[in-house]
Amino acid sequence: MHSLSHLFLNPGDRRFWAGFTALGVLFLLLVPALNLLLPADSALHVPNYMVTLIGKYLCYAILAMAMNLVWGYCGVLSLGHGAFFALGGYAIGMYMMRSIGARGVYGNADLPDFMVFLNWKELPWYWLGFDHFWFAALMVMAIPGALAFVFGWLAFRSRINGVYLSIVTQAMTYALMLAFFRNEMGFGGNNGLTDFKDILGFDLSQDATKMGLYLLTTLVLGATFLLVRFVTASKLGRVMMAVRDAESRVRFLGYSVTGVKLFAFTLSAVLAGIAGALYVPQVGIINPSEFSPANSIEIAIWVAVGGRGTLLGPVLGAFAVNGAKTWLTGAAPELWLFALGALFILVTLALPKGLVGLWAGLRARVTEKSND
Amino acid sequence: MRAFHLILALAALLLATPSARADDDFSTALRALNADSYADKIAAAEALAALGEGRAAPILDALADGRLYVTPDGAILIEQAGTYLEPLSQKIVTTDKAEAITVNNRLRGVARGAAGRLALFSPNAQARGAAVEAIMNSPSDEAADMVRAALAKESDATIKALMVTALASLDLSSDNAGHRLAAVTQLADSSDPSVRSQIQRLLETETDLQVRKVAEKTLGSIEFRVTLMGFVANLFQGLSLGSVLLLAAIGLAVTFGVMGVINMAHGEMIMLGAYTTFAVQQGFRAFLPADLIDLYLVAALPAAFLVTALVGMGLERGIIRFLYGRPLETMLATWGISLVLQQVVRQIFGASNMEVANPSWMTGGWDLAGGFTLTYNRVVIILFCLAVLGGLAALLRWSSFGLHMRAVTQNRPMASAMGIPTGRVDAMTFGLGSGIAGIAGVALSQIGNVSPNLGQGYIVDSFMVVVFGGVGSLWGTLVGAVSLGVVNKFLEPYAGAMLGKILVLVFIILFIQKRPRGLFALKGRSVES
Repeated sequence: MHSLSHLFLNPGDRRFWAGFTALGVLFLLLVPALNLLLPADSALHVPNYMVTLIGKYLCYAILAMAMNLVWGYCGVLSLGHGAFFALGGYAIGMYMMRSIGARGVYGNADLPDFMVFLNWKELPWYWLGFDHFWFAALMVMAIPGALAFVFGWLAFRSRINGVYLSIVTQAMTYALMLAFFRNEMGFGGNNGLTDFKDILGFDLSQDATKMGLYLLTTLVLGATFLLVRFVTASKLGRVMMAVRDAESRVRFLGYSVTGVKLFAFTLSAVLAGIAGALYVPQVGIINPSEFSPANSIEIAIWVAVGGRGTLLGPVLGAFAVNGAKTWLTGAAPELWLFALGALFILVTLALPKGLVGLWAGLRARVTEKSND
Repeated sequence: MRAFHLILALAALLLATPSARADDDFSTALRALNADSYADKIAAAEALAALGEGRAAPILDALADGRLYVTPDGAILIEQAGTYLEPLSQKIVTTDKAEAITVNNRLRGVARGAAGRLALFSPNAQARGAAVEAIMNSPSDEAADMVRAALAKESDATIKALMVTALASLDLSSDNAGHRLAAVTQLADSSDPSVRSQIQRLLETETDLQVRKVAEKTLGSIEFRVTLMGFVANLFQGLSLGSVLLLAAIGLAVTFGVMGVINMAHGEMIMLGAYTTFAVQQGFRAFLPADLIDLYLVAALPAAFLVTALVGMGLERGIIRFLYGRPLETMLATWGISLVLQQVVRQIFGASNMEVANPSWMTGGWDLAGGFTLTYNRVVIILFCLAVLGGLAALLRWSSFGLHMRAVTQNRPMASAMGIPTGRVDAMTFGLGSGIAGIAGVALSQIGNVSPNLGQGYIVDSFMVVVFGGVGSLWGTLVGAVSLGVVNKFLEPYAGAMLGKILVLVFIILFIQKRPRGLFALKGRSVES
């Protein structure tokens, strides 16, 4: 029971659990309550679109945590995480396409609309199985995981690291983007997958379904949070951080650097896939532009803004950057790229530890002052 | 009595000038267009076309458009935006009694086809060429006769050759085995894929053994030449793509090699170079005499180099030097720079494509056989790219700055210990790399659109060139760029543009498993970071 008491008694841990519970109450209880219980004209009322918007941010937060696991804790800057996110999204999108059945524009029960449009006669083999939710849910994790495993095994084994790895992962997502743009691939080409009707029988246009998806995303984010905490607190997590800080030394000590990186990369890809699968039902579309290299680089900036190598940082960063994006693209669209670009420069130059680091620095200074 | 009549007739014939006689025939044929039945009108249109006079073409066009009118006294007029034109005298006529000549679809088709064939007699050589090609696509016996007639009058050598080929391929469907044999023999020098398919079609039905034998031989030689031309075309396009990739990647290779940082804003430096070219062009148009406009490209080269080199050095001194030792952060910061630069250009010039015209000495190309053209702008870019590479190699080899750069590339701490000012070398290197990107932008503005997203399209490809070729090696970059360009273009016909690109990317990802440091890795004791 040592580890349990350790978890609860350490003052840092107590703070963690307090924060975790507070965030859980905020997202799990307060937001739904403000949405459902308050009248629509109340100043505190959270409108439906806002619930979906927060749900989207929560998906981004999961994605940022996944990125943080591999970059913040293991030092591997993947610029292809958008690909894993998109693959997860496509997997669930395929399930939702199949569940449209004969309700499409062409009313064809056997084929999705875009295949009818392309004059295809039968379902390609890789669409088989996506009629079942359990299969799609498995694929949401298995496809990004398998791709990351194979790709990572090839890359880490031959010691491709640093900027090389970043470039190669960027090429990977770029290649996937080009591939998914092709109509012949059978994933809807340019338009991607859309016009979803329902998921597991729940009508996607209903507010209750949206609320359900939102709550599910919150729970998954909480679970991801605990998982990342568990992994990074474990011995494996310690080795991961050692790989980040001094890779050669870890290798000389006899650890399998390849194995550690591969574990972090694959787990991270699986988490990114899950984030994508939660994202697509909420936004109602998945198309190849999700694979674009720019998207993947943006994930890195969420993590950097929040603070990499910290538990809370990625969540903070994902909310801060995307909140700013939503607000600025509405208020002054031409300024958004300036702001994003400046953010990249500012964070790397002045805030290497992100918002969390800034907060910790301020706290340290305050305690120092009070000690004087 | 009879003799007298004959003499009289002969005298009349001699007296009548040939052109007057032709005018007479023409106006008779013209008036016949106002026939009662469509069948007669069709016959009249064909008769008019058979005279083989270019001036009949606008009349037949007008007939097909329903713009041909007839006055009560039978004069034919062409209606043009509310006025009437008398086709023989080319005079404007005012009348309110003209009635349109009715047409049906069949007549319209005949008139259009006849007008198209009449373009064979047009005074414009280009129109004649187009007419020959149109006829080749819809062969008929009367078309063959018209081409024969036009060939007799033709003066332009290229069109003449085109007509001979056309005639030969029209003769392929002749009933006369001798004609077919002559045609097959004539076509043996062709390398046109459409001729190949014509001969294949002939072979399917041909019964004459002699013709078959010659046709098979002809087919073989045409196929060989078509394959060869295809190979040359692919090679040229591959070299062209490779030279573009090389120009885009070479600056990146230099900065990556020396400083170990990836400049994500490299594509935007290319874009800035292209916009500088645009600005120089506009300046030439606005302030200098029109006959100097062809020189704007020469002025744009140093301008683009200076602008981008200064921007690059400013960025290095202002931002990047604070990030040394943190290559991943440098990558993110330069990505931020690239976003800002794109938006700056979008604010100044707008988001739409800017038009940069080729100077006249770069427009056009050499027409090779088989419909393949070596365009001058692509040839110039290949040569220019080699010149840039050579210049850079010379700079690295013989200047003291080059010596310093090479030293820092090989071992930074050691170079620093030997008294080389590594900070200054870094700034200069970044300026040089950016400047070359700017020059690449000048070249790219000549073959593509100039838009704020110009650089984005090249960034992944130029990374791949650097990774494939090997960091810090000009040779590696050259070999990497050319082989990627050529492989891409050779894959395209089989796999399509997208899939070809994907295959190349997959290949590179697999390739660097085997050689993580690229084709031409630096040898020596450079420390793993």
